[in-house]
Amino acid sequence: MAHLSEENLARARRLVAVYPERRSALIPLCHLAQGQDGWLTPEAMEDIAGLTGVTPAEVHGTASFYDMLHTEPVGRHVVAVCTNIACMLDGAYELLEHVEERLGVGVGQTSADGEWTVEEAECLAGCDAAPCVQVNHRFFGPLDADGFDRLVEDLASGALSSDVPRHGVLCRVERTVGLLAHQAGPGAAGPGAAAPGAEASQ
Amino acid sequence: MITGAAPIVTRRVGLEDSFTLERYLETGGYDGLRAALATSPEAVREQVDKASLLGRGGAGFPAGRKWSMLRAAETTYLVVNGDESEPATFKDHLLVERDPHQVVEGTIIAAYALQVRQAFIFCRGEFALGLERLQQACNDAYEIGALGDSIFGSGFSVDLVVHPGAGAYICGEETALLESLEGKRGFPRIKPPYFPAAIGLYGAPTVVNNIETVSNLPWIVEHGGEAFSALGHGTSTGTRLFALSGRVARPGWYELEMSKTTFRDVIFDPSLGGGIRGGAELKAFIPGGVSAPWFGPDHLDLGLDQDAVGAAGSMLGSGSIVVMDESTCAVRAAWRITRFFSRESCGQCTPCREGSGWLEKIMARIEGGQGREADLDLLMDACDNIAPGVSWPPQQTTICVLGSSIPSSIASAIRMFRDEFLLHVKDGACPFGASR
Amino acid sequence: MPVRGVAMTDVTSRPGSGGGGGGGEAPDAVHVTIDGRAVAARPRELLIEAAERAGVYIPRFCYHPRMEPVGMCRMCLVEVSGPRGFSLQPACYLRVSEGQEIVTASAKARKAQEGVLEFLLVNHPLDCPVCDKGGECPLQDQALSHGPGESRFVEEKRHWAKPIEIGPLVYLDRERCIQCARCTRFADEIAGEALIDFAFRGASIEVAPFPTRPFSSVFSGNTIQICPVGALTAPAYRFKSRPWDLEQVETTCTTCSVGCRVVAQSSAGSLVRYLGVDVDPVNQSWLCDRGRYGFEAVGSPDRLTEPLVRRQSGLESARWHDAIGEVAAGVRQALAAGGAVAIGVVGGARLANEDAYAWSKLARTVLRTDAVDAQLGDGLPAPLVLGLPRATIDDAASAKVVIVISGDVREELPVLYLRLRAAAKAGTALVECSPVPTALAELAAARLTYRPGEVAELAEALVGGDGAREAAGVPAAEIMAVRALIAAAAGDGAPAGSGVVVVLGRPSLSESDAPASRAASVLHAALPGARFLPALRRGNVLGALDMGLAPGMLPGRVTLEDARSWFSEAWGTDLPESAGPDTAGILAAAASGECKMLVLLGADPLADFPDAELARAALAGVPLLVSLGTHPDASSRVAHVVLPVAGDAERAGSTTNIEGRVSRLAPKVVAPGVAWPAWTVAVELARRLGADLGFDNLEALSAEVERVAPAYRGLSADALTGPAGRDGIVAPVDSVAVSIGTRAARRPIDPMATPGIASVEEQG
Ligand SMILES: Cc1cc2nc3c(=O)[nH]c(=O)nc-3n(C[C@H](O)[C@H](O)[C@H](O)COP(=O)(O)O)c2cc1C
Ligand code: SF4
Ligand code: FES
Repeated sequence: MAHLSEENLARARRLVAVYPERRSALIPLCHLAQGQDGWLTPEAMEDIAGLTGVTPAEVHGTASFYDMLHTEPVGRHVVAVCTNIACMLDGAYELLEHVEERLGVGVGQTSADGEWTVEEAECLAGCDAAPCVQVNHRFFGPLDADGFDRLVEDLASGALSSDVPRHGVLCRVERTVGLLAHQAGPGAAGPGAAAPGAEASQ
Repeated sequence: MITGAAPIVTRRVGLEDSFTLERYLETGGYDGLRAALATSPEAVREQVDKASLLGRGGAGFPAGRKWSMLRAAETTYLVVNGDESEPATFKDHLLVERDPHQVVEGTIIAAYALQVRQAFIFCRGEFALGLERLQQACNDAYEIGALGDSIFGSGFSVDLVVHPGAGAYICGEETALLESLEGKRGFPRIKPPYFPAAIGLYGAPTVVNNIETVSNLPWIVEHGGEAFSALGHGTSTGTRLFALSGRVARPGWYELEMSKTTFRDVIFDPSLGGGIRGGAELKAFIPGGVSAPWFGPDHLDLGLDQDAVGAAGSMLGSGSIVVMDESTCAVRAAWRITRFFSRESCGQCTPCREGSGWLEKIMARIEGGQGREADLDLLMDACDNIAPGVSWPPQQTTICVLGSSIPSSIASAIRMFRDEFLLHVKDGACPFGASR
Repeated sequence: MPVRGVAMTDVTSRPGSGGGGGGGEAPDAVHVTIDGRAVAARPRELLIEAAERAGVYIPRFCYHPRMEPVGMCRMCLVEVSGPRGFSLQPACYLRVSEGQEIVTASAKARKAQEGVLEFLLVNHPLDCPVCDKGGECPLQDQALSHGPGESRFVEEKRHWAKPIEIGPLVYLDRERCIQCARCTRFADEIAGEALIDFAFRGASIEVAPFPTRPFSSVFSGNTIQICPVGALTAPAYRFKSRPWDLEQVETTCTTCSVGCRVVAQSSAGSLVRYLGVDVDPVNQSWLCDRGRYGFEAVGSPDRLTEPLVRRQSGLESARWHDAIGEVAAGVRQALAAGGAVAIGVVGGARLANEDAYAWSKLARTVLRTDAVDAQLGDGLPAPLVLGLPRATIDDAASAKVVIVISGDVREELPVLYLRLRAAAKAGTALVECSPVPTALAELAAARLTYRPGEVAELAEALVGGDGAREAAGVPAAEIMAVRALIAAAAGDGAPAGSGVVVVLGRPSLSESDAPASRAASVLHAALPGARFLPALRRGNVLGALDMGLAPGMLPGRVTLEDARSWFSEAWGTDLPESAGPDTAGILAAAASGECKMLVLLGADPLADFPDAELARAALAGVPLLVSLGTHPDASSRVAHVVLPVAGDAERAGSTTNIEGRVSRLAPKVVAPGVAWPAWTVAVELARRLGADLGFDNLEALSAEVERVAPAYRGLSADALTGPAGRDGIVAPVDSVAVSIGTRAARRPIDPMATPGIASVEEQG
């Protein structure tokens, strides 16, 4: 009994089909699973193991290597504050302190209501807008304390819900084409209609 | 002075809807590809050779040469590296969000030139918007026949897969990137024998090119290699996208003609960096990403030239310039960079996994005022055990260059600001009163 | 020799055992210089191995001679010449190339090595005094030989929660782990089940099973054996002993019939640990968990320690004299009653060869019966098994095609499974014939899923001359594909079946042995070039059969008819008229009252005989039931006389594995109570019956075996204890002199490859 939804299983199979070797779909499938559950559940990892032909231990071992893949639950909003050199030179650590106070959670922790998780990020490639912050991997910056407070209000009020989907939802544009006939493996059947706006994750 | 070379890869980014297919087609989109398809793959490779296009990912290896090294085989692959994670580097981020079609077109041109039938764009996972725009551009390209079977009726067929990363700096290193693309932990492979051009993705010969590198291809094919190499000087030809950050008045990206422009221009020209914020004094700057050794004011008049910067003991690397001013604590800056490496070490090999953490702890102790003078020698010797000789380009006891880059900032800071370290030791605190 | 053993149809020489260094320079030698000395290396040899053969030891951690190199730990960095001058390269990863210069101890190389060691110690805890590995730790040792003098690390070390149980038989102490990936690579590369993997990144890397699935594997213990530090430990050994208190001896595991060579280690008189020895032709340093931890039964409190005799109140302890008296009396009555099956002897698959020989001789010469059978209706007929041309494990591992007709090899003969796995990866085509997929399925070149009971029909189709046809439920296409494999294996010129090895066992106990036996005969007849590797699993079942514990068979793989005159002469008495019944027949006779006395040699029919009903009737019906054993079991609980015998690690002797490889059993601890070796029981019983078996010490006994058992010619105790016998010797030896002389000695013990084993060269 699969943990991934029927719709996501179908997406998963299409994803597996676009790669020459199915294990290559492992990380995209982890994103897909996070899009469904917000984090990478053991049940989802077992599904992914089956889809990619590796053991669950290998899925867990691989996923846990990557910062974006969470093998423990995280909040609906994952707030990542970059403190790397460029942002640090523009007061990132001071901002991080404020973020922790404002949200009432320390780095690596999640608020009791499951809304907020705070992370100290390495360079997010937003240094021209330092100090820069990502919420569910959408960029904001430069931010000062007030700017961050306003951002939190907008997120809480849902004003930004279209720009900032729930954590785990990454790429909402799905590949709409299959592989070339000569390369298409079993199940590589084409157009997996992209549901515009739907929370499909890569 | 800055030469008025017209932008190449940032032609469109100013336009509101630069990322849409409509705008792209209106502004000459896919003309480069059509031009390429009208000639032979050899002809395209020849233009790229003439252009002497240097790789923009960090190593600065000539794209044409790299292409010529691709081992002939039944199956070959092209992987475009968009994992951009080198601290203070944000040029590829700009290109995937603002001109994704140019990335796709450049990728297809490279695939045609290499006669590769399967290409991948590995895009940093944290670029959620970039990923959506790249995937959309990819879908559009299939719609208009620029991808898929017999593209534009040329008889040449190629597939393109946009692959999301998942957050690990090391996956920017080309062999780690291939491991990751194979669905594994991003452990770099040992070279020799694992040079991608010989043994790459799934063991097949593979070309790995940076996003900015391929973004130059449409222009080069349209205007010819000479037109590109006419810009810049020596091996540093064309324009390059520089990412300026730190204590400057106007941080941001600037596409500049290589070699002709100097660091002084980038940092101080009113139309560029606009000088140090609040008119403070420049203390030091990093010329090419945090893996690169630092420069001081005396290097300001160096041109943005790969060879010149290399000869001066550092590298143009990923084209990101970080400016520190008199308010910057060199110890803290070097500590933060070291911390980055210890957090991003893949952990595969001992000197990097353990050395980075140890160095970070020592640096933190000194910055926190608990340092001893003897720590300076200890730091340098530990660095020497990771990159013997602590010189640039580094020798290495490690598997990949991440490890051997760790010493750059520490050694630079100690060499340039030894007194500042000693002051930390003497005062038992950071003289800049830096917080955490 | 006056008789021809039935098995002596094919004893042509086998592939050498591979280990050890060749003598003169090979034509394809690669010339390199190591520390200034010219060395002739093998093509593509790893620098670290070329150097080691040249007597230069390069420090290492992640490198293991039985696994693919990964070059991760960087401990083996040496200076190597290349196009751009000398550079530091991992000697465990780089392969030799002509003209290469290698410098292992230059100031630069030394500094790199010391640097790596210092880095490894940065986060390594200083708990050596309480660490199981303390005293036998490669990290400790190499820190002394290749490390920096003192530590310069004053920072806080990385901290983890103390040891966690990652599997039923494995504890992990993450603080001690040096991330060499030996354990994870073993699980994936060797065992083929990645139940553990590296998790997380950088300094946070830890070895981890899947959160909701423990690391439980048939082979988990190997990860503990190859862990170069005390990160992985075994519940069975934790805190049990200190290396310097350990005594050890090299012996053979008889848990199953693969016969892996092990080092048995004891402390204060009791066994504490078994470690696999790197014997090239057999286990190549690996063990399965059942074999590795089987010793725990040896010291278990429920051991039989004294003879028991049934009285009104039940089984009561007795003196040997009285117990054997009871048995002798029973023998006289049974013989008086007469009949070919008056006395039956069942079992013996757990005995040493010498025990088996003594009982085999006792049965024929004193108990006057041929109703003896070491198998409990769960094997194959002895004449068939011993008569087929035998393959070695190396033969199978290097064969072009291996046809597997047996139960699940991973369950029944675990280390053979590892060898077959490696073979499949190296290009051997495995043909798995089984009604249900076994662990070999994923590696098999062909899976033939036949209808239960129809394996013979399948075999006929595989060799049948006629055109393509479906058989036993297997599609014609699949059958033709395998036929093509078999044909290709032989190549032209060679006899059909050359290059083919058949792993032959009992696919299922629910059916008789007839189908498998017929399949074997069919394959042997049609494929004269094929060899067979019997997959009978009980410990020393093949030794027992070799010693004649099978109806119609006599010691040395000869039949009663063939060897009657030879043995009646050698044993100085005439032998039973005709072949006796097998275990099924013996039990039937017991149930019907025809059999007056039943001797169980460590056998437990009530638990193990497929037809439980018959077993129950037999044991209930027989007037005298005698059970020899190490532990009480269902059958001995209903026996009239129970005799305690010495088991593994308690008695000297030899054992014979599936290949017919004879290797030594060495004692390490003393048997509990007054238990005797089984052979002495036979000798004593004979004496009480006024007979003399002709030996009263082990030396005389094994000398007699060597003298009278045809297939064991040349297998003297000296040969087995000598250097040539170290890996065991496959019987029959073609020509004593040659084959003993030419068998290459095993590679020297690499303390890094098998930490914990002090040199066993002089042991045993
Ligand atoms: C630690 C490390 C990180 C790297 N990160 C990136 C990166 O984020 N993007 C990139 O294009 N190249 C990166 N590189 C360089 C790549 O290995 C490779 O040289 C490059 O992608 C080749 O493309 P190019 O020839 O077009 O520059 C990195 C190298 C190292 C050692
Ligand atoms: S140097 Fe660092 S990042 Fe590179 S392989 Fe070694 S541990 Fe991994
Ligand atoms: S790197 Fe050679 S032994 Fe580990």
